[in-house]
Amino acid sequence: MAAVVRRADVEVGTELPPQTSRVTRADLVRYAGASGDFNVIHWNERVATEVGLPGVIAHGMLTAGLAARAVTAWAGDPGALVEYSVRFSRPVVVPDDGVGAEVVVAGRVAALLDDGRVRVDLTVTSGGEKVLSLARAVVQL
Amino acid sequence: MALDPGLVGRSYPPSVVYEVGREKIAEFARALGDDDPVYRDTEAARAAGHPDVVAPPTFAIVLSLGAGNVVLEDPDVAIDYSRVVHGEQKFVHHRPIRAGDRLVATASIEAVRSVAGNDMLTTRVDLATEDGEPVCRTSAMLVARGA
Repeated sequence: MAAVVRRADVEVGTELPPQTSRVTRADLVRYAGASGDFNVIHWNERVATEVGLPGVIAHGMLTAGLAARAVTAWAGDPGALVEYSVRFSRPVVVPDDGVGAEVVVAGRVAALLDDGRVRVDLTVTSGGEKVLSLARAVVQL
Repeated sequence: MALDPGLVGRSYPPSVVYEVGREKIAEFARALGDDDPVYRDTEAARAAGHPDVVAPPTFAIVLSLGAGNVVLEDPDVAIDYSRVVHGEQKFVHHRPIRAGDRLVATASIEAVRSVAGNDMLTTRVDLATEDGEPVCRTSAMLVARGA
């Protein structure tokens, strides 16, 4: 296994190709089944609002998974992502309007580490607001 | 009620074996809208240097979610699950999870904190093959919002 991007091709500040995804209620149902996370706040508007949320929200790990996809697509190999950490700072509210919510992922190489590894810092937003903070990936190039 | 700092380091018995299925990997990749062939095509995975199809890096959550429940079910962990939100998540991969892996999950308590009436519980889950090869370490920080 090997990344397609080479260590010599990157420097601090190298940007990943931006990625925009759309998340609908159908995507939440699909992710619930795939992940086994059937928490009702991800599919039931009544319960979501009862517990004080603005509405049905996306699974944090769906958002984090979309952000990781931007890293593995750039690196060219899922095995290159050796460490990944996220903080869930704000929920992604997914309206039941057939259009859903947009999740925008931007990333840049923030540090060059030992052994051909680099740290990529991600900025993940929905509706212009940051939904993940301290989203970081260590990539083996 | 604040969590007891003495819980840090508590470890739970290993899970039963979870066999990673190629259809489950493909289903998970589809749910992320990821059409990378290394998640579904053995030949493509081999061409990329993997022995078989691999799972997306966040697939480990499928195992760690279930394994982490043993902590929340511990009567000594006084946490109101209805008020819990996922605060942080971390993965450290020793190698990618792949189809056919027979994995065992071992949960432990990594940290407990109380900040401004909120309890924070960090659960660690170590994934290894049944032969003991380490595959992935996950940490989930859960926040129980104060009533």
